[in-house]
Amino acid sequence: MRARRWMYLLLREAGIGVALVLICVIFAIIAPRFASYANFTNILTQISINTVISVGMTFVILLGGIDLSVGSVLALSTIVAGMTISHKALPVGAAIPLAVTASVVVGALCGLFNGFVSTRWKIHSFVVTLGMLNIARGAALQISDSRTIFSFPGVFNRFGTETVFGIPIIFIMALALVILGSFVLGKTVFGRMLYAIGNNEEAVRLSGHNTSGYKIAAFTLCGASVGIAGIMYMLRLNMASPILGVGFELNAIAAVVIGGTSMMGGKGSLIGTFLGASIIGVLNNGLLLLGMGDFARQIVTGLIIVAAVVIDTYRAKLLVRFQ
Amino acid sequence: MNKKSNILELREITKTFPGVVALDSVHLDIEEGEVHVLVGENGAGKSSLIKILCGIYYPDKGEITYAGSIYSPRNPTDALRAGIRVVYQEFNLLSYLSVAENIFFEKLPQKAGLVDYRLLYEKTNQLLEMVGLDISPKMPVELLGVAQMQLIEIAKALSSQSRVLILDEPTATLTSREIDTLFEIIARLKAANVTIVYISHRLQEIFEIGDRVTVLRNGSKVGTRSTGDVSIPEIVSMMVGRSMEEEYPFDENVKPRKVMLEVKGLKCSANPQPVSFSVRKGELLGIAGLVGSGRTEAMRAVFGADPKTSGEIYLKENEITIRNPRDAVGNGICLLTEDRKDQGLISDMPCYVNITITDLAQVSRYGLLDNVLEKSASKKLVDDLGIKMSSLDQWVSNLSGGNQQKVVLAKWLFRDADVLIFDEPTRGIDVGAKYEIYLLLWKLANLGKAIIIVSSDLPEILGICHRIIVFSSGKISGEVDRGEFDQEKILSMAYQEYIKTIEDEQRVSGS
Repeated sequence: MRARRWMYLLLREAGIGVALVLICVIFAIIAPRFASYANFTNILTQISINTVISVGMTFVILLGGIDLSVGSVLALSTIVAGMTISHKALPVGAAIPLAVTASVVVGALCGLFNGFVSTRWKIHSFVVTLGMLNIARGAALQISDSRTIFSFPGVFNRFGTETVFGIPIIFIMALALVILGSFVLGKTVFGRMLYAIGNNEEAVRLSGHNTSGYKIAAFTLCGASVGIAGIMYMLRLNMASPILGVGFELNAIAAVVIGGTSMMGGKGSLIGTFLGASIIGVLNNGLLLLGMGDFARQIVTGLIIVAAVVIDTYRAKLLVRFQ
Repeated sequence: MNKKSNILELREITKTFPGVVALDSVHLDIEEGEVHVLVGENGAGKSSLIKILCGIYYPDKGEITYAGSIYSPRNPTDALRAGIRVVYQEFNLLSYLSVAENIFFEKLPQKAGLVDYRLLYEKTNQLLEMVGLDISPKMPVELLGVAQMQLIEIAKALSSQSRVLILDEPTATLTSREIDTLFEIIARLKAANVTIVYISHRLQEIFEIGDRVTVLRNGSKVGTRSTGDVSIPEIVSMMVGRSMEEEYPFDENVKPRKVMLEVKGLKCSANPQPVSFSVRKGELLGIAGLVGSGRTEAMRAVFGADPKTSGEIYLKENEITIRNPRDAVGNGICLLTEDRKDQGLISDMPCYVNITITDLAQVSRYGLLDNVLEKSASKKLVDDLGIKMSSLDQWVSNLSGGNQQKVVLAKWLFRDADVLIFDEPTRGIDVGAKYEIYLLLWKLANLGKAIIIVSSDLPEILGICHRIIVFSSGKISGEVDRGEFDQEKILSMAYQEYIKTIEDEQRVSGS
């Protein structure tokens, strides 16, 4: 009975964590330079942006929705922020906070649109956000005149490569968002409602709740998290471009799914999502160190995503057995 | 009569879940060609037994012999292949597909690789006639009512030849006429030597169709009796382990007081004629009528679950606006829907989450949930209602039907509403739990709540209500006070408008 209980807990909680550790151990053995401090911080930096977007994506997927527009919205956010920060009339002290705010607000507004349209007219978010994917990309190209914006103030650039106790500051920001998000999902009324709506929206509505309001809020938060990711991207690359973020939605969805969140909504966690984003990051990094090319890496990542979902369904079945 | 051979022999079947022994070394023999009724309170183990027979659960211990050889299905397909088929209490229909496609889903007739629709509709029409349904085979299932869906499930089971047919509370949603049709079908199947395992909470049915009855209690078999040598009180005492006094409690001391809720000229798509009624503090108001008479729709419109086209609602003499369930709940009106799986419960979440969802403000501060408070508040309701569960964290989908219904009750008691509308509150619940629910309704009435009970079980509302309103074809066809309660009178009111329509049609065609 005790062995069963252990098996149950291991299956339920530790699946992805164990997978991540295993992958790291394997790379440490076979890939040169994988297990080094420099590479470690490198990975942390690389996964930060996807982690932040995935936090927002988790909120939306928990509701049974999806946001395909995150990549384009990220580009639009960076363009607006980039134009603000490099505006000649603004002193640096005012331009930076204004740009950060602008990026988050632009992201949030796009999310608000996604949430409002899909709840008001009862359209699946897949379609609405597919529309937004084009709208935001077009808007980014339009207002930037399809030009990349360079040369941000030095303070801004330095912040992007800053570390605290040897850990990149943008990773700390991402981790803080994961923790904050986990807290919201696990401890607040808002989080509870997201899970409940994802499981059975009609029952929640008939319990006397404005489910549309919660859904719109979740999409808006997802957009805001993309705005934050946009700023982090600018910190890293030191530029803003209307062609940034192509395909980011796929990485974010992959992280959420590998993390064990159900595409049907109602089940999942941000810790899972964080581990999912880490697995993708570690794989990319490790395979690169092994000298694998871009295309081959893409194939392997794809296979891992499918395998993760297959394992997860099998795990769910096993869970029932050991319950 | 010759001694028949056993088609199913269950030996020492044991199944445990964490904290619960669902089945404890159960022995059961089912003879070929008999109608074997299984009864027992909620959580007695009936559902687990069926799930083992059809391959959804594996027994921890024990052995099943089927038609002389060992039978251990690994999944529902194995059971179907072996000829064992279950008609579940919860429906498994594909809403957007047609009636015909649903019935023959497992084996669509084909011609050159395409679906042979002509043959499909022909076969479907035969089956629909058999179950007494007068609808088009092309109709999408989502447009059907609950009773019709139940009959479709039965038609689906009849579409393939099975040796053992298990019916899990098939009559819970049916009206008396449909039940008669069902019993005819059962008699016909029996004549064709099909074995029927029948589960029901309506004990009088045991005697109408059953050959033998087996009583389960707390996962153990209490006994099997031939229906000729047993009475309802005996079965009840076997089920609950004690004798029951009265079936329907009525408290003379609780008197209706001032009008609590008044509905004036309510119209919605199902009720094009205006509907007006009121309910008083401390009153149990019964709503009778056939399934599809607009009674459920009217209640949903009052609650704001569906839009209404016109009408005014007064609470304690003040007009209130209800545009959605949120407005209704905010004004202290709640509705327990008839469909608990899809509309009442968040199945894959813990019990306490389901209970506190109606009033999270009570267990949170500044938007932060107080988990300890939440659990202690839920625990109190769970204990008060006697809900059986292994822990508060258990998913409601793992509870038995009756316990699920009690969770729905608990969630609305948590809200502390003034007006409680119950749509089929005891559907699919055993006698013991029903009685507890009636007592609870009286307790609420005594506290000055206004209570509306919509029910297809006429004896039930005759037994416990102060007053009954009858719906017929989308309008109110009559109102009866307790002094004048009479089953025949209420039934004729329920059919009144339908008969009128037929008479009108005859007049039109005659002139």
